[in-house]
This record gives sequence, C-alpha cells and structure tokens, in this order.
Amino acid sequence: MTDLRTDISYATPGEGSFSDYVALLKPRVMSLVVFTALVGMLVAPGNLHPVEALAAIIFIALGAGASGALNMWWDADIDQVMKRTAKRPIPAGKIAPGEALGLGMALSGLSVIMLWLATNALAGFLLAFTIFFYTVIYSMWLKRATPQNIVIGGAAGAFPPMVGWVAVTGSISLEACLMFMLIFMWTPPHFWALALFMKSDYHKAKVPMLTVTHGRKATRAHILVYTIALVPFALATGFTAIGGPVYLALAVILNLMFLHGAYAIWCRSEMQAEADGYATEKRVFRFSLAYLFLHFVAILAEAALVRVPAYAGFAAEFKLLEVF
Amino acid sequence: MAITREHELHKRRSGRNVGLAVTLVLFIGLVFGLTIVKVSGGSSLEAFDHSYRPTLDPDHVRFQQR
Repeated sequence: MTDLRTDISYATPGEGSFSDYVALLKPRVMSLVVFTALVGMLVAPGNLHPVEALAAIIFIALGAGASGALNMWWDADIDQVMKRTAKRPIPAGKIAPGEALGLGMALSGLSVIMLWLATNALAGFLLAFTIFFYTVIYSMWLKRATPQNIVIGGAAGAFPPMVGWVAVTGSISLEACLMFMLIFMWTPPHFWALALFMKSDYHKAKVPMLTVTHGRKATRAHILVYTIALVPFALATGFTAIGGPVYLALAVILNLMFLHGAYAIWCRSEMQAEADGYATEKRVFRFSLAYLFLHFVAILAEAALVRVPAYAGFAAEFKLLEVF
Repeated sequence: MAITREHELHKRRSGRNVGLAVTLVLFIGLVFGLTIVKVSGGSSLEAFDHSYRPTLDPDHVRFQQR
C-alpha cells in the first residue's frame, strides 16, 4: 500500500522528479559542450550523415552529463557546505548519492559505446577519457589538492570540439589541438576573474582556490599571465585550415580587448576593486564569455565563407599552418 | 479500496514516468535511424562468421584478379 503512504520524504531514493535527474547532468555545461562540439564537427573536413552527426552530438552531450552526475556524486559534501551549490539535487535531498553514481556510470558507458558505434573508436575513446579526466583527475584528485585545479581541470571542458572533430575525421590534427588549447588556456583567466568578485565559501568547503591560498594580488597576476599565454593559440588558429582573414581580424580585436581587461585587473588593488564593486573584474568575466563564443562563431563563419570561391582563394593565402 | 488522496508524490512519479518514456522512445528512434543510415551507407557488412568465404580472403581476391 505504498501509494497511500504520505510520509515518504523527498529524499527517498528513486523519488526525485524528472527535472531533478536532468539537473544532475548539469544542463548549462551540456549546452556549452554541444556548441563547441558542434563547431568541431561542422568545420572538420569530411562528411558525416546528418543522423550520425545528430547522434554524435547527443552522445557527446550525454557523456558530459554523465561526468556532471559523477562530479555531483563525489562533491556532495562540498556542495552541501557551499551556498551556491547547496540547492543541487543531492545536497537538497532530492536524489540519493548512490542514484547519481549509478546514473553517471550507466550514462558514461552508454554514451561512449554509442558514440563509438555512431562514428569511430577514437571519438569514443576520447569521450571516455574526457569523462575519466573530469571525474577522476579533476573532481577526485586535483580539486581538493592544488590551487592549480582550474588550470589542469580546464582540459575536461576543452575536449568537446576535439571529440567533434575526431567524430568526423577519425584522427587528431593541429586544428583540433588548437581548438582544445583555445578553451584550455581561456579557462583559468575566466574562472579566476569570477573568483575575484564571487566571495565564494570555498575555504569553508576546504577547496584550495587560488584567491584563498595565494591571495588576490597573486590571482590578478595569474589572470594576466594566462591571458598572455592564451593569445598565441587564439591567433595561430587563424593560420590553419579552419581559420582565415575574418577569424584573424576578429581574433586580433578580441585578444587585444582581453589583454587590456587582464592588464586592468592586474593594475587594480583590492581597495580599488571593493570601492567600485569589482566593476572591472565583472566586465572582464562577462567579456571572457563573449570572447570564447565569438572565436567559435568566427571559426564557423570561415567554414561557411570558404564555400564562396572568391573568398576561398583570398583566405588560402592566410592558411600558412595548413601543411601540418 | 480506491485511492482517493492525491499526494504531490504521485504527480512527481507520473512526471518521471512520462519523462523516462519520452526519453526511451527518442533513444529507440535514434538507434533505429542510425541503423538505417549504417545499413544503407554502402559500407561492407561482411565479416567472418565461422565459415570460409572466398570474398573475404585477400589472397583469393588477388588470385582472381591476375
């Protein structure tokens, strides 16, 4: 007579709503993964049937969702302590930790095998490695061990365009590596800009964030250094088969603006930042989102423009790195 | 005895069942579509199945081409 019981708590395993299980897969992260993986697939040389392409995107997104569920399972203790994450399904008592583990493991296996069957073995392997990297290397090891967690952990978010590329071509190339490096090098300044103005309770959760372990002045310096290191990768992409004059022109403007913002953050003291409510840090953080989005839009635009014969001939002169 | 009291739990269960059903139907549709594409894609589907077939033997194919 379980249906007549009214004392079943929300935390009873298997009694969360459908949207709670969807929330476990981090849908916002999934949307970013879908966008970058889609760009990787669309600009890759080769043909994939639309149904295969749709399946590949769905299973890449599902793989990202699986790693999100595994991350929530492992970090449930941290999420419970921090205000920002306390409403996630596990700390809120809507889903039992074991359910998140089961769902994460099942979706990991399903997404990897299905991506392999839909496209090729290397794409499936790369997706499996991405899930492993995010769950084991980042969540289980680096996140609680080193303030450089964001730097190395950023690789997990950088893999999707490479997986998309490999799904079409079956091999890793310079273009795929540069798209990877673009996201990989962009992640640290993006997150540290956020860490400066989000007075998060990482210290309460005993997560070593750079702002806490090395101070805010050092974090500002790190933002500038990593932004400088990001520029060559962003510009080099313009000289490959996926780049061209439109990408290069946009990349030069965007990188100058990002450098200017990072320099402005570096110049500021904590007193100045507090005085204007972290206006510069917030502006640079918002700009960093547009920075990455516009780079990938430009890559997509190049792939569309290259179909115009007049433009293709002109663009070919810029592709100096195509020989690799 | 008929269930007359509707608890919030019942709505949640119903929503979860519908959501899962839709997900499974979409998954089946996707696998079906993939199968059609793979089968009609023109790639060779022949593989070893415990009996000798000359078309799978590279030496035999080369011998015939000579």
